[in-house]
Amino acid sequence: MTAEPVETPTTKTRYDAETLASLTADATQIMARYPDPRSGLLPMLHLVQSVDGYVSRDGILFCAEMLGITAAEVSAVATFYTQYKRRPNGTYTVGVCTNTLCAVMGGDAIFDELSEHLGVGHDETTPDGAITLERVECNAACDYAPVVMVNWEFFDNQTPESATALADKLILGEDVVPTRGAASVCSFKQMSRVLAGFPDGRADEGVGAGEPTLAGLTVARERGWTAPAAPAADAADGATGQTSPPVGTPGSSAERTPTTAPDTSVGKDKKSGEDAK
Amino acid sequence: MTLTPVLTDTWDKDRSWRLATYERAGGYAGLKKALRMEPGEIVQAVKDSGLRGRGGAGFPTGMKWGFLPPPDGGPRYLVVNADESEPGTCKDIPLMLASPQHLIEGVAITSYAIGCDHAFIYVRGEVLHVYRRLLNAVEEAYRAGYLGKNIQGSGFDLDITVHAGAGAYICGEETALLDSLEGLRGQPRLKPPFPAVAGLYARPTVVNNVESIASVPAIVANGADWFASMGTEKSQGHGLFSLSGHVTRPGQYEAPLGITLRELLDLAGGIRAGHELKFWTPGGSSTPIFTADHLDTPLDYESVGAAGSMLGTRALQIFDETVCVVRAVSRWTDFYAHESCGKCTPCREGTYWLKQVLHRIEAGEGVDGDLDLLLDLCDNILGKAFCALGDGATSPITSSVQLFRDEYQAHIDGHGCPFDPSASALFPYTPKTRTPGALAGAGAGGHR
Repeated sequence: MTAEPVETPTTKTRYDAETLASLTADATQIMARYPDPRSGLLPMLHLVQSVDGYVSRDGILFCAEMLGITAAEVSAVATFYTQYKRRPNGTYTVGVCTNTLCAVMGGDAIFDELSEHLGVGHDETTPDGAITLERVECNAACDYAPVVMVNWEFFDNQTPESATALADKLILGEDVVPTRGAASVCSFKQMSRVLAGFPDGRADEGVGAGEPTLAGLTVARERGWTAPAAPAADAADGATGQTSPPVGTPGSSAERTPTTAPDTSVGKDKKSGEDAK
Repeated sequence: MTLTPVLTDTWDKDRSWRLATYERAGGYAGLKKALRMEPGEIVQAVKDSGLRGRGGAGFPTGMKWGFLPPPDGGPRYLVVNADESEPGTCKDIPLMLASPQHLIEGVAITSYAIGCDHAFIYVRGEVLHVYRRLLNAVEEAYRAGYLGKNIQGSGFDLDITVHAGAGAYICGEETALLDSLEGLRGQPRLKPPFPAVAGLYARPTVVNNVESIASVPAIVANGADWFASMGTEKSQGHGLFSLSGHVTRPGQYEAPLGITLRELLDLAGGIRAGHELKFWTPGGSSTPIFTADHLDTPLDYESVGAAGSMLGTRALQIFDETVCVVRAVSRWTDFYAHESCGKCTPCREGTYWLKQVLHRIEAGEGVDGDLDLLLDLCDNILGKAFCALGDGATSPITSSVQLFRDEYQAHIDGHGCPFDPSASALFPYTPKTRTPGALAGAGAGGHR
């Protein structure tokens, strides 16, 4: 506490001035979203990945410096979450769900086929840097099993053939279109920037729902089923207000114990500045 | 029993995710009405409705709100748990993709009810387009005056921050989520204090599931009685039932609580042609498995509990007779070992042991006594782990050994798996010969 830590080149980031300035501006914006800037660490790590393609040593030092915490504290967080990469990631993360349901529906076969086709295993990147292949855990699309994620966009109802064709397109640099997602898959770095909370203006692309999402609604429409009708407007008021008996009856507002704290500590009854006394 | 589209009702509309679409369908009537009510009245209405947490635990939502201490002038927070990651659970993600405004309106009403002026939506980081839609929905709501300062002239202010996680199942545990939202490793906290007393930044905090919060606008707009007119006496209202696996038309079926799997399967076209039901999960992989004996169990909190499982997230994963139960459970166990946060020993070490024993049974290298070893390991985790993840890891094992002990034993006695994995897949294929270690990486353990 008594001496300034000795600054050596190893504790400084090696970003060029322009990169550092834009990172600093973005990180400042991220930290401002939260009552406590430290909450910005996860988005800041996504931000670092949007520049470096992984959580680099410089990225860790940058986050530490911005938040006034140690590099060890940043590393502790970065190593906890699977989306933060410790080595340069491919342009596309191809994730095959091999959690139980997708696995038995064909996910295992898809992973094996892709792994053989690409010549890489789990968490490995093709030599050209195009694809990092991963086994992923349940991605909340079980009704579309088996599922493949490319840069965390949904490719539903996959087969070994569709998945290898998808991978081939990615390697050739052709656009691929998610089943439910944007009109094309962006790069790992672009994706990371969105995950840092900087919109890319693509929210309106793609569908709202796939067929399974609408399965129940479709049946309901066919059969003319709806939720119970809402009561008429005044009746609805009565329904939500039913716990407040009419004024003047026992238990009415005059006699009821307030369920919320009184507002009178501020406002018309008080002179300005009274609180300060 | 008929389906009751409430949350799903707008999902088939053109550009269903847009605010204008939502407003045309009556959206934000709930918020406008709420802002004319006393906050306490809204809490009471949600209590009266009987709404229980839709994220798995089933705790009464209004009661959770009621646990907040009286205002002390400092901030109070609403945090929406949108970290949907429980295997089989796939309802919140399609909801937020198709109709994020349902959630945003629910957040606004809930925040007003509990006295919160800064709410957070913690969405898992592995759903890029959902995050885009949420960011956009919040922006649209600000522009329309449903968020920001002096909302609809009421004097109520609210900001929403949508926060993307980075891949960790454990962050669905509410206190781990809060640590993660504070920029830390997502590890659960000791309770008490509960989040209602000391949550985000040690301030009073309500943590609710997406579907719970999205159910609030209609409760406020249509009344508690309307909501309670659906469902059973103790499990009231509508819920999303997510059918997946070997079913003809998998998907989301929004129905009153208390519907049965038999009824749902009937609507979904039954088990895939030529096959029959073998086992299923009523509420995700952490809920003990059921069989055809439970087709008529009402899917409400009490009935499923009485039958020995949990309603959980209504994630109905359906497996037919081609599926090897050992393979299914072994893979879920890989998941728990991979996702164990490492904070407590029973879960960190226990799930790792479970995984190894299950792998060797599946590979035909199991020995007599392995089943008792598995059950003993489960006994050392259940109730001894720091959070519910550890308990959840034991559910598929203990329930499947109980129901399918012979099948486990057949793997040991026959020195291999008697099932053909390709028979379970939706397409024909020839399984590749797995070299030892081919499964390396399948839940190799820890967050790497």
